[in-house]
Amino acid sequence: MRDLLFLIPLSPFAGFLVLVLAGGRLPRMAVALVGCGSVGIAALLALLIGCRFVADPPEGHFLRQELGSWIEVGGLNASFGLYLDALSLVMMLVVAVVGFLIHLYSSEFMDQEEGYSRFFAYMNLFVGFMLTLVLADNLLLLLLGWEGVGLCSYLLIGFWYKDPANGYAARKAFVVTRVGDTAMILGVFLLFYSFGTLDIGEILYLAPRSWELGSTTALAAAALLLGGAVGKSAQLPLQTWLPDAMAGPTPVSALIHAATMVTAGVYLIARTHVLFELAPGVMRLVAAIGAATLMLAAFSALTQRDIKRVLAYSTISQIGYMFLALGVGAWSAAMFHFVTHAFFKALLFLGAGVVIQALQHEHDMFKMGGLRKELPLTFATFVIGAASLAALPLVTAGFYSKELILTSVWASGRGGPWLWGAGVLGAFLTAVYSSRMVLLAFLGEPHWAAISRRPGSRMLGVLAVLAIGSLFAGLLQTPHLLGNITIFSNFMEQALPAARLAQEALWSETLLQTVATGAVLLGVFVAYVLHVRAPRWRETVAGSALGSGLDRLWLTGWAFDWFYDKAFVQPFTRLARLNRRDVVDRIFAGIALLMRASHHGLARTQTGSLRWYAMGIGAGTVVIIAIILYL
Amino acid sequence: MTLLWMIAVLVLGGLLAGIGDRMSPRLARWIALGALGIDLILGIGLCGEYARWTSSDAGGRWLEEIRWEWIPSAGIAFHLGVDGLSLPLILLTIFLGIMAVIASWNGITERVGFFHFNLLWVLSGILGVFVALDLFLFFFCWELMLVPMYFLIAIWGHEHRIYAAIKFFLFTQGSGLLMLVAILGLYFSHGGQTGDYTFAYSALLETDLSGAAALWLMLGFFVAFAVKLPAFPFHPWLADAHTEAPTAGSVVLAGLLLKTGAYGLIRFVIPIFGETALDFAPVAMALGVIGILYGATLAFAQTDLKRLIAYSSISHMGFVLLGVFAWNLLALQGVVMQMICHGISTGALFILAGELQDRIHTREMDRMGGLWTKVPRTAGVGLFFALASLGLPGLGNFVAEFLILLGSFRASVIFTALAACGLVAAVVYALWMVQRVFHGEERESWKLPDFAFREMGMMSVLIAAIVWLGLHPQPVFNAVKSALETLQHDAAAEPLSARWRESSAVVPDLLRGSAAPPMSR
Repeated sequence: MRDLLFLIPLSPFAGFLVLVLAGGRLPRMAVALVGCGSVGIAALLALLIGCRFVADPPEGHFLRQELGSWIEVGGLNASFGLYLDALSLVMMLVVAVVGFLIHLYSSEFMDQEEGYSRFFAYMNLFVGFMLTLVLADNLLLLLLGWEGVGLCSYLLIGFWYKDPANGYAARKAFVVTRVGDTAMILGVFLLFYSFGTLDIGEILYLAPRSWELGSTTALAAAALLLGGAVGKSAQLPLQTWLPDAMAGPTPVSALIHAATMVTAGVYLIARTHVLFELAPGVMRLVAAIGAATLMLAAFSALTQRDIKRVLAYSTISQIGYMFLALGVGAWSAAMFHFVTHAFFKALLFLGAGVVIQALQHEHDMFKMGGLRKELPLTFATFVIGAASLAALPLVTAGFYSKELILTSVWASGRGGPWLWGAGVLGAFLTAVYSSRMVLLAFLGEPHWAAISRRPGSRMLGVLAVLAIGSLFAGLLQTPHLLGNITIFSNFMEQALPAARLAQEALWSETLLQTVATGAVLLGVFVAYVLHVRAPRWRETVAGSALGSGLDRLWLTGWAFDWFYDKAFVQPFTRLARLNRRDVVDRIFAGIALLMRASHHGLARTQTGSLRWYAMGIGAGTVVIIAIILYL
Repeated sequence: MTLLWMIAVLVLGGLLAGIGDRMSPRLARWIALGALGIDLILGIGLCGEYARWTSSDAGGRWLEEIRWEWIPSAGIAFHLGVDGLSLPLILLTIFLGIMAVIASWNGITERVGFFHFNLLWVLSGILGVFVALDLFLFFFCWELMLVPMYFLIAIWGHEHRIYAAIKFFLFTQGSGLLMLVAILGLYFSHGGQTGDYTFAYSALLETDLSGAAALWLMLGFFVAFAVKLPAFPFHPWLADAHTEAPTAGSVVLAGLLLKTGAYGLIRFVIPIFGETALDFAPVAMALGVIGILYGATLAFAQTDLKRLIAYSSISHMGFVLLGVFAWNLLALQGVVMQMICHGISTGALFILAGELQDRIHTREMDRMGGLWTKVPRTAGVGLFFALASLGLPGLGNFVAEFLILLGSFRASVIFTALAACGLVAAVVYALWMVQRVFHGEERESWKLPDFAFREMGMMSVLIAAIVWLGLHPQPVFNAVKSALETLQHDAAAEPLSARWRESSAVVPDLLRGSAAPPMSR
């Protein structure tokens, strides 16, 4: 069974090949079968291998599989090698299983679209690259997966290619993440020259033995890798591409821009955690980026009208929590939030997809409302997802993972009250915008004419499964007061070190959790007041000068786009346009022009008049004699 | 003898194609294809021989060597030889030559015989450049490439073909003269030192050069190769020549002619001038980096599809210049890879642009757009090669650029960091091209047929080649390795290396004997 590990990434790739080569000629049924089936096989194998891994742990708690050599030149040796340990196992399971569910949902969601087989081909390619990314045993193969998922993100954001706006969003995503990737590639070079290998295991083994804590090289390497992580995971300052990425079909947003690809940065940092621990300065930076991002994005989510943009900002914000956890060394807390987030955010996106399709591709929440009765099951699952996002206490998975992060941030030597406070403020804001989203979309008065399409069994089934995950995945890890289950962190500690936490008394931990829970409940209450009890208050605030200013600022994501446009995009395009005809070419053309001018000038002296020639000869003779005499 | 046959077949094939046209144009095409087919078989045979040779450990530098006296009194010989560096380039020449013939199958209808005569003679000149071991013969072949290429552009080119052809001619001819002067300078200084007046490569390698004279001679060679490459600021000929040339001309120009510049730098400039050339490395690498960024910026601004592809070549060749002067094995392996992959991917893009132009009679991207719906196969192929061009991992161009950057990182961190910005710029122009040609709304209602059997056949082979080079490049690395090491040895000079490492000295000791340790423990 373990020998079949290679089939997990290979099966989606095979699906991609079939769809690319024959997709146009296959009936839709067959396309769906190939598209879902190839990922289904991967998910099934992942589950089987995962169970086996847990039940009968391999020696050293990791598996390796070599599939052949790739590049072997001048000391560089990179192979197609897979590496499975607790960390990559969790990633692999989420990618394969959630990926399969989303494929299943898409087979119905997309069935009236042109380019059905193109869609599944790209989706399969994505899953293949993503599984390569998480299973890679060396940085070069990881980079292959890393860029590959970026490519698929580009292709799928721009899936509806006829609208230039979609193409713009797609290119923006690719370019912005490539900025981070460039830093990451330089980090990879630095690691190669420091350790003579790209094998992740060897690097992590050698790093503490040759680098001193906080040495410049360690700081540089970690910071460069962080560049890649920040780009992929849409954290400050490279977060601007994600809200625009919502131009893609909704299942794409669920799979790529919520559950899997955008968490690749979290995975990268966790995977190379040894390097980050050697660079305390960069660790602090990770935590600071996480805290700042989670707050800024949450504020932005408050004011969006487009339901998918709310979810996009909330994704940025939730990944901010993961970065915060990584930054304080709470590795397994970050991964735990990754798991629960994958469930509830995929659920929310897919629920939003149902709503959008029901209302003729309407994204504006203010034009929804009152859908509770029309789409009861979707409503129920959406509420579960939103509750889990808001971390509603006790009953939701999001509560347990977010509490774990907050508690770890407080108690970790690298954390502290400030970062904790940022997290609690974020939790409050999350509760506000999650509730706002449910209230606007599903409750209140309907602002639409008719339901154009209702979800079928495949879409609803997937929602139900994800809802179950969003409720119960949290029970893998609970706080001391609530049973102190530590299945998840125990498992993760096979691969990642335990968080070094100060031993807090039970009462203080409980107090912290009560405060955080209070913030969440307060957030729900505030949203309820502003949107149901007294909408006039909201209008008054929004109408004031400060209110409308903040509204605009938050709506545009703190004007990052404006700034980047002015600082980078416009100067570059201006310069490029200005130099379209290549100034160097103009210089050479100038030389040619000069030649031609002197040719014309000299040709003019050829008049055919003997007097002129005689004078020329005479003058020339005088000049030459003068030169000879005086020099 | 295989080498000689390969060149002779092309020369004779060219003449026959010229005559065959009198009977039927189709005959000329088939003769050209046949000649290249024979060469392909010979080339594959050469590969087999090479594999046996390397495994047998027979020693010696050249797999095949032919040496006939030509003008003994002046020390000129007809001297050919092939090693691991020439071999892949020979194969690339034949491979792209075949593609060029097939690509012109329907597009070229006038003076078909003369066209194929020129095409085959350019190719034979290029083959000669890759295998000549006598500098006089090398220069002869260098010039042999030039004239037929001039005709290809000037007769079968597009609107501004005369301007482009003359510009191409002047740039390459002018720089070629500088090289001739440098060759003669080298010849006389070697003769003066040893009393042995010869143009033989192996002898001139031993020339003891230093000081200002060495620098000037080196610059003579460098400029000639930099013009061909082309390196900033010698690039202006390229955009016009590539754009105005017929498809086959563009393929040969971008795919092969540019590579002769890179080949010259690796084969002659650094091995012969060693220390002098590597002292010059910072300047050359800076020119490489400028080329990468400048070419990408220019590519982004273009509205003419072929011009965009042409300028992207400047960017990609900047990587070559950077890697050559980093002069370590990683970078050089990357350079050879880049030469091959750029030849294939850019060749494919030019074929694509040519096929599009044959169908809609414009190269203006402002008039395209939304073609994906009309011609999905063409669009898919275009997307693929745009991705190859921007260096997507899994495709050959990534392997090449990764190795070049990795190698030059050792030589200079700053230059590498700047060059890496070119990776971002490549995404910008490549995707912008895809957007304007295939995506978006259709701007004019074109009626055009999608790629059919002939086009898809070509493209499938090119795609397979790029994927193969991306996933299994090892055969190329193995083939080139010993040749590159010999050249490094010839240069007998230390390449640049950055002094940034803190503790790397301990690494090799640690690595020895440490079998794959578990992660994170």
